[in-house]
Amino acid sequence: MSDRLLVGTRKGLFTVARRNGRWSLLEPSFLGDPVTAVLADPRDSTLYAALNLGHFGVKMRRSKDGGKTWEEHAAPTYPPQPENAPGPAWKLVQVWVMETGGADEPGVLWAGTIPGGLFRSRDRGDNWSLVRSLWEHPSRTEWMGGGYDAAGIHSICIDPRDRRKVSVAVSTGGVWQSRDGGETWDLRASGMRAEYMPPDRQGDPLVQDVHRMVACPSRPDVLWAQHHNGVFRSTDGAASWNEIRACALSCFGFAVAVDPNNADTAWFVPAMKDEKRVPVNAQLAVTRTRDGGRTFEVLRDGLPAEAAYDLIYRHALDVDGSGERLAIGSTTGGLWISENRGNSWQCISAHLPPIAAVRFAQ
Amino acid sequence: MPRVVFTSNLQRYVTCPERAVRGATVGQALAGVFADTPQIRDYVLDEQGHVRRHIHIYVDGRRIADRERLTDAVHDDSEICVLQALSGG
Repeated sequence: MSDRLLVGTRKGLFTVARRNGRWSLLEPSFLGDPVTAVLADPRDSTLYAALNLGHFGVKMRRSKDGGKTWEEHAAPTYPPQPENAPGPAWKLVQVWVMETGGADEPGVLWAGTIPGGLFRSRDRGDNWSLVRSLWEHPSRTEWMGGGYDAAGIHSICIDPRDRRKVSVAVSTGGVWQSRDGGETWDLRASGMRAEYMPPDRQGDPLVQDVHRMVACPSRPDVLWAQHHNGVFRSTDGAASWNEIRACALSCFGFAVAVDPNNADTAWFVPAMKDEKRVPVNAQLAVTRTRDGGRTFEVLRDGLPAEAAYDLIYRHALDVDGSGERLAIGSTTGGLWISENRGNSWQCISAHLPPIAAVRFAQ
Repeated sequence: MPRVVFTSNLQRYVTCPERAVRGATVGQALAGVFADTPQIRDYVLDEQGHVRRHIHIYVDGRRIADRERLTDAVHDDSEICVLQALSGG
């Protein structure tokens, strides 16, 4: 089980550590700087944080000593923009997600960015290269911004059985999958439904606004997606998706986590769709299915009893490797941890800066 | 030679003392700074070589017009100020 949680916020990186059975906040790093993505690499214990300095751009930091000291390393950069290139400017706006490569390729990292970029590093972030096959795919310029001016890649799933199989989700632009390590890509969002589109486009895989996608590490052909207007599940490696209609409270939300050891168990944090984006009836709740989406439970024990307007953003729900411990962090600075699969929660702080991402480290 | 002065907020991240450099344009002057201290470049310019959106550059008290090719002229006694734009939050 993980005893350490990284919390990326609008005002720095916070670490929560479990000591003698109690979770406590440690001194923050990068206080005042927005942290948009965090990663703890289980292969070599390196920690990574992506900063988005308002004036000075995206900057990357890594720590090889568990967060005591940090060094700057290279940020992903787009190649020179050709004149009259369609779509958004070829300029990095934000690193939205970072993931590790395969267990047999230490040092390989992936990053998903706004605008719509997928980057790979083979040397722990010293150098990054844009995956041009996806960037130059003719469909890419049809992706649309979802909450940001330009589309972005927020979810990257590397198949633990075969690291050449890479699936990414785009807000908005569906799900894309490569089976050859990023050489070629296929659109894999069949079965999703976009109710915000004109009727004849609702089933178009290219317009699907996936908010977050995760794959079950022990059964990687099972993927879960929290979508703008629903929850979808695939059991065939994203070849097809089925809509889950039994969601409790609301089918709208941003975050999803799947039990690493049981592909039928997944957690969500529903919110009122879609203009309001606050907990349903001002009651913050996590929902859980344990039967692949046929039924859902509402988990509220330890979450605020009073009216709460905490929104859990797409990277701010995480489950540890055991499937026992979960964490949620809200855009109003609330942080909760569960040590029993979501059955009950303890508040770590209600007063942090807005939380973009939580991630367990080993 | 023109002098280049950086906002003190940038000092939080990278050492950038006031510098005197050669150059007849903003771009040439900054190139002189970046040649000595390459890490400053990515804090001031984006990957396309344009001035970052929330950075302003003033020459002798006037905001530069060309934020992409940095062709505004500078003189031997010019002061080039690299400032952050005001932004909230």
